[in-house]
Amino acid sequence: MIKILPNCIGCGKCVSICPFGALSLVNGKANVNSACTLCGSCVPNCPVKALQMPPKEEEVKDLSAYKDVWVFVELVNAKGALKIRPVSLELLTKGRKLAAELGQNVCAVIIGADNGAHFAELSSYGASKIYSVQDPAYAQYNTEAYASAMVKLISKYKPAAVFYPSTYTGRDLAPRIAAEMFVGLTADCTGLSVKNGNIVQTRPAFGGNIMADIICPNHRPQMATVRPNVMPKEITAQGSMAQIIEEVVPVSPAASKVRVLKTEKDEVGEVEQLDEAQVIISGGRGLKTKENFEIINNLACVLGGAVGASRAAVDAGWKAKEHQVGQSGVTVKPKLYVACGISGALQHIVGMQDSDIIIAINKDANAPIFNYAKYGIVGDVQQILPKVLEAVKQTKK
Amino acid sequence: MNIIVCIKQVPDSSRVKVDPKTSTLVRAGVPSILNPYDHFALTQALKIKKATGANVTVLSMGPAQAKVVIRLALALGADKGILLSDRAFAGSDTWATAYALATAVKKTGPVDLVMCGQMAIDGDTAQTGPGIAYHLGIPQITFCDDISASNGKITVGKIIDGGHQTIEADLPALVTMTMPPDYEPEYPSFLGAFHAQEKPLETWTAAFIGADPAKLGLKGSPTRVDRIFPPPARPKGQVFRGSAAELSAKVIEILKKENVI
Repeated sequence: MIKILPNCIGCGKCVSICPFGALSLVNGKANVNSACTLCGSCVPNCPVKALQMPPKEEEVKDLSAYKDVWVFVELVNAKGALKIRPVSLELLTKGRKLAAELGQNVCAVIIGADNGAHFAELSSYGASKIYSVQDPAYAQYNTEAYASAMVKLISKYKPAAVFYPSTYTGRDLAPRIAAEMFVGLTADCTGLSVKNGNIVQTRPAFGGNIMADIICPNHRPQMATVRPNVMPKEITAQGSMAQIIEEVVPVSPAASKVRVLKTEKDEVGEVEQLDEAQVIISGGRGLKTKENFEIINNLACVLGGAVGASRAAVDAGWKAKEHQVGQSGVTVKPKLYVACGISGALQHIVGMQDSDIIIAINKDANAPIFNYAKYGIVGDVQQILPKVLEAVKQTKK
Repeated sequence: MNIIVCIKQVPDSSRVKVDPKTSTLVRAGVPSILNPYDHFALTQALKIKKATGANVTVLSMGPAQAKVVIRLALALGADKGILLSDRAFAGSDTWATAYALATAVKKTGPVDLVMCGQMAIDGDTAQTGPGIAYHLGIPQITFCDDISASNGKITVGKIIDGGHQTIEADLPALVTMTMPPDYEPEYPSFLGAFHAQEKPLETWTAAFIGADPAKLGLKGSPTRVDRIFPPPARPKGQVFRGSAAELSAKVIEILKKENVI
């Protein structure tokens, strides 16, 4: 915990600054409780320098045996065929840059029933090695089966870092592996960089109110789940072929304790369209009714885009949950995002703020969405959108 | 059947604001609440209790004031509360937290089902539940939206990417629960709160549960917070006002300028 020196004047400044609520005033002095994470936010803000970080007592471990940046490849069933989830390719693209800075390789790890079909694509996105664990029993994701295969690979080949997609699958798998291997894991990162030989993992905290850089200086591999659609994907090694390392890992017997009885797919086509769409027209509370929301569908249709919705619109039943953009929905990064009648609650903002161009249309000039929009239109969506729809139709003729 | 529900007291993050001048969080006056996902997990545990007569214990790690959320859980119908509280836990990341909670779960005796919220709204990691499952050596099913239990098995509804699964698992197991988008936490009746006064609420320390000091607090936490900083400022956009006709013309102009139409 943070050390509080006797010269504390009890001004309370640190109390309001602490992101974790670990500081309070007791008998006119600052007091720290066990919620303290030693983030250090309070230290520079104390006017009398009464807050101190405890001395570092850790021994420095030799971690030089750990090399290479690994990316866990997640496969997704799209229209009857397995394809690589785009976030894995985003991670290979980023991983290649990080590995180059570290003087190491970026490698893909793929677990499945028929991996060979994906080797060429993984290679073209820069993987210089592909670790492949293949068995018909790995056809369907199973926590125990996949985690024990990953633990075996990591223990044998000692990567310096392993990145996973921040998806339902990645966020189920990675913490299980981290627990077993006694390594750090940073959730839902939006940035990765190299500093002093460590990977700096940047993630939003408190619904995007603050950002935190996380490092794991004394444990390897460094692991993180990374949010889809925040990093670009790029073919960097067209035509090259990675070295393939086949590993045989028998499926853990414990895997049979969990059995899938039934799998139902959402409107998968549309969902994928949403997180891969270049144009998204999104509607919120300002549309007022389900009937009014229809204009969003029509506008998306004529502009060749996908339909998004705020949580308020989904909760009201105007649009299915699969269309929800935001923290509890899909994160999107289109070229154009048009927010119609969306006020811009943080939970929505974190899902769309990285869009290239944001147009916001809202009656309330003080709506937070305008802080994120390149173009802010202060007006009533119900009056403006029908005119826009007509005009777009005219230009298309 | 013994169920343990892991719960956490969190600041109500929906009410945390940012000071626009200093870019720091303004927490003054922000109430502490029972993490909503944990609240939903608890209601699901109590549903199983009603159906099977299971015994429900709530477990929380935190400072003494976290007793408030344990009392709330007792008032809602849990049978026993345990607060894991010790300065040795300070600075715990998700690894050390999972280890400490799992060690405490073992200390309670045989357990059939451990239930957690999918994540705490002050951390959003969703990592502690799977960590506990590993340390207990039991299967995990994460992001569940429904659960029922009978004959040494559970059947759960689970959210997957782009879909939903129905899963059966042998007990003992751990589940993490998501919550419906329109979930409104329920609050206890006066009678519930009255009876909660008589229910056991114990405080356990690191030594009491026999935890390995090398796996607690900072020592047990591989991650370090290197820096906390405000999100990057965004360039100011243009704002347009006018009649609906003017504004719709402006939108068309923008769409053309940005090569959308």
